[in-house]
Amino acid sequence: MATAVELDRPADALEGFRAEVRAWLEANFPPALKDADNAMSAVEGPSDETPDQRKWREAMGAKGWGVPTWPKEYGGGGLTRAEAGVLNQEMARIGAWNPIGGMGVMMFGPTLLEYGTDAQKGEHIPKIAKGEIRWCQGYSEPGAGSDLASLQTFAEDKGDHYVVNGQKTWTSGGQWADKCFALVRTDKSQKHAGISFLLIDMDAEGVETKPIRLISGQSPFCETFFTNVKVPKNNLVGLEGQGWSIGTRLLQHERNSLSSGGGSSSRMNAGKQVPEIAKKYRGTDAEGRIADAELRTRIIKHEMDQRAFALTLRRAALDAKSNQGPSAATSIMKNVGARITQDRAELNIEIMGMNGLGWEGEGFSEDELTQTRSWLWGKAVSIYGGSSEIQNNVIAKRILGMLDHQ
Amino acid sequence: MAVLNDEQVMLRDMAREWADNESPVTAFRKLRDAAPAKGFDPEAWRTVGEMGWAGVVIPEEFGGSAFGYLSLGLVVEQLGRNLAVSPLASTAVAATAIAMGSSDAAKNDWLAKLASGEAVATLAIDEGPHHDMKIAATVAAGKLTGTKAFVAEGDGADAFVVAAADGLYLVARGEGATVSPRRMADSRSHAEVRFDGAPAEKLGGTDLTQAIVDRATAVACAEMLGMAETAFHQTNDYLKQRVQFGQVLSTFQALQHRMAKMFTELELMRSAVEGALEAIDAGRSDLDQSVSLAKAIASDTLKLISREMVQLHGGVGMTDEYDAGLYLKRSAVLETMWGTASYHRERFARANGY
Ligand SMILES: Cc1cc2nc3c(=O)[nH]c(=O)nc-3n(C[C@H](O)[C@H](O)[C@H](O)COP(=O)(O)OP(=O)(O)OC[C@H]3O[C@@H](n4cnc5c(N)ncnc54)[C@H](O)[C@@H]3O)c2cc1C
Repeated sequence: MATAVELDRPADALEGFRAEVRAWLEANFPPALKDADNAMSAVEGPSDETPDQRKWREAMGAKGWGVPTWPKEYGGGGLTRAEAGVLNQEMARIGAWNPIGGMGVMMFGPTLLEYGTDAQKGEHIPKIAKGEIRWCQGYSEPGAGSDLASLQTFAEDKGDHYVVNGQKTWTSGGQWADKCFALVRTDKSQKHAGISFLLIDMDAEGVETKPIRLISGQSPFCETFFTNVKVPKNNLVGLEGQGWSIGTRLLQHERNSLSSGGGSSSRMNAGKQVPEIAKKYRGTDAEGRIADAELRTRIIKHEMDQRAFALTLRRAALDAKSNQGPSAATSIMKNVGARITQDRAELNIEIMGMNGLGWEGEGFSEDELTQTRSWLWGKAVSIYGGSSEIQNNVIAKRILGMLDHQ
Repeated sequence: MAVLNDEQVMLRDMAREWADNESPVTAFRKLRDAAPAKGFDPEAWRTVGEMGWAGVVIPEEFGGSAFGYLSLGLVVEQLGRNLAVSPLASTAVAATAIAMGSSDAAKNDWLAKLASGEAVATLAIDEGPHHDMKIAATVAAGKLTGTKAFVAEGDGADAFVVAAADGLYLVARGEGATVSPRRMADSRSHAEVRFDGAPAEKLGGTDLTQAIVDRATAVACAEMLGMAETAFHQTNDYLKQRVQFGQVLSTFQALQHRMAKMFTELELMRSAVEGALEAIDAGRSDLDQSVSLAKAIASDTLKLISREMVQLHGGVGMTDEYDAGLYLKRSAVLETMWGTASYHRERFARANGY
C-alpha cells in the first residue's frame, strides 16, 4: 500500500542524504528491534528498557534524529522537512522506529523553542531530544476541560518564586513524568489574561498524583494535586499573563501531532492493516477478495478516507512551507485523524467478531487482546487535545467566520 | 410502545422496580470485580426464579405462565437498562427449545426446574467468532461431538441446547462436556464448550434451530433496547448538569441536535424490537424478517448511542468510574452476538428476494 510518505517522495537531490541515512541506520539500528515498537506503550506507560532499546535510543539521541527538524545547537537533527521525510521512509523500510517521543517532543519542545529564553531552551531541549526527561501536561481541571480558561490552579507571586495550589486532572503519564508544563492562574481578576505558563518539577514537595483507571483497564493518567508547591520564577515561560496564547499555541502542536492518526506512522496504527485482518478472519472468495461484499465496500471507503487524509496532510505540509507552524487547519486534521482512527478500530473489532472483544486469559491471541484495548483507548482521541466538538467550533468561528449565537 | 395488557404492564413495572432497587449498575460492578465462577449472583437468580420470569415463556403445564416473548422482552429490557447480570435470557430461550421440541423426557426433566429458576440453561450454537448457521457438530448414536464458541452463560449452565448439523439437541452439563471460560470486554460469562461424545437428547431439526436462534436474537434486542434507553437518558442528564463556558452543555445547539437524532433513532429501535417480539408471539410467517429488521436497527442504534455516550461525557466518559464504558463494552458484544447489523441486512435482503 502506498503511504503518505511514499506519495511525498521527491525524485531529486536527496539521494545522497538517503544513502547516508541508510548507512547510519544499518550501523546503529539493532535488527532485533525490527517492528518491535509497542503500539500500546504510549498508553501502558514505560516498560523497562532492554539493552538494545537503550542503545537505539542513545544512538538516535546523540544524532538528534529523534527530533530531526529541531536545531542542532539544542541537540536536534537540524534537518529540513524533506530530509526528515527521507529519514522516516528509510526507517519504515527496515522496520525501525523512533525511540524518542512523548509530550516533550510532540508539544512542549516546539513551544519552548518559540517562546523560551535561551537559558530555558538550553536547559530543557537537549534532554527532550535525547529522550532523558518525561514531560506531562497540566492543563485540564475538574471544572475546566473544554473551557480550559476557567482553570483555578493559582500561582501566588512571592517575589523570587511562586507558590502553586490547586488540582489538575487527566494528567497523562503524570505518575511517570519528571516535569509538568502547566497553565496556572496568576491573576484572578481576568479570565484569559490571568493565565501563565509555568514549568513544575513533579518531584517538588507538595506535588501528588493519583492514577485514574480508564475503560480500557489501564491507568496511564492521573489526578495531580499541588499543595504549596514552590516554583522558581525562572520557570515561567513567556510573560506573566501570556500563558493563554502560549498554551493554545502548544495545543496546535498537540493537534498537529495527533492528526497523524490516520497516517501510516501513528503508533496506534501499528500492526496489521484492515484488509489483511479481514482476509484472515472473514475469508476470501474464489478471486482472492474479501468474501463479504458489503464489508469490502466499507473497508474500501475507510481506505479511501485514509488516502484522502494522507493527501490532505501532504498538501497542508506544502502550504506550510513558509514554516509558520500549525494553523487553525490543524483542527480539521485532528478531527479527520480521530475519525479515521476510530473507524479503523470499529472495523477491526467487527471483523474479528467475538475474538475482537477479548479482555484477558485464554482463547485470544496477543493481537486480539491489543485490538480490544486500543479500540477502547481510541475513544479518547476525539476527546483529548480539544474534543471534536471544540475543533468544529474552532473551524466554524476562526475559519468560516461564523458567530456565536446569543 | 406496543399495546400491553394488564399482566404485561404489571410484569414490566415489577421488573423495572426490581432492577432499580436490587440490581442497579453498582451490582454489576460488584459482580465484575468479584468474578464468580458461574458468572452470576445465585441470590439474584433465585429471586428472578421466584418472580417467575424464567417461566414467562414456558407452558403452564410445566409450571410456567406462557405470557410469551413480548413479556419476556419487557423483563429483559428492564434488566438491560441496568446491565443486570442474569442468565434469564439464555435460560428462557433454551426452555423454549425444550418446550417446542419433541422430547417428552426433556420436557419432564427440565422445564419445571427452569421455570422456577432452580436450573440454568443456555444455547450453544455458533462455532466461531461470528454468528452464522454453518454448523459442524455431529451426533452419532446419541453422542454429540463438536466445539461451541462464546456460549453465553456457559460457565453456570446446567444444560446446553446445542446445534448439530441435523438439528437441536439437549446436553446436560457433565459427561463429555468441557467448559473453558472466555473473559471478554463486557465482563459477562462467555465460554468455549467442547462436547466430546456427550450424551444428547434430540429436540428437533434445523427448523427448530433457526426458530430458537430467532428467539434468542429478539431477546438480545430487548436487552439492547433497555441499554440504549439508559445510555441515552444518562447522557441527556449529564449534558443538563455539566457546566462549561458558564453554561450547561445542554444549551449548545450542536449537542441538542445530536441528542434529538439519537432520540429519534431510539423510537425506531423500540418499534422494531417490539415488532419482532410480537411476531414471535403471533407465530407470523415473516418472523425471520422481523427479527433481522430488529437486530440490524438495534445494533446500529445502540452502537450510535453507546459511542456518543462516551464522547459526550468527555474525559469522564473514558474512566472506569463512570458507567459509559460499561455500556460501550456490553453494547459491542451484543452488536456481534447473533449476527451483526451487516449480517442481518443481508439476511433481510435474501428474505425479500433481493
Ligand atoms: C485519555 C485522555 C488523556 C488526557 N490527557 C490530558 C493531559 O495529559 N493533560 C491535560 O491537561 N488534559 C488531558 N486530557 C483532558 C482533555 O483535554 C479533556 O478531557 C478535554 O478537553 C474535554 O474536557 P472535559 O473532559 O472536561 O469534557 P467537557 O468539556 O465537559 O465536554 C463534554 C462533552 O461536551 C462537549 N462540549 C463541550 N463544550 C462544548 C461546546 N461549546 N460546544 C459543543 N460541544 C461541547 C465536548 O466536546 C464533550 O463531548 C485527557 C483526556 C483524556 C480522555
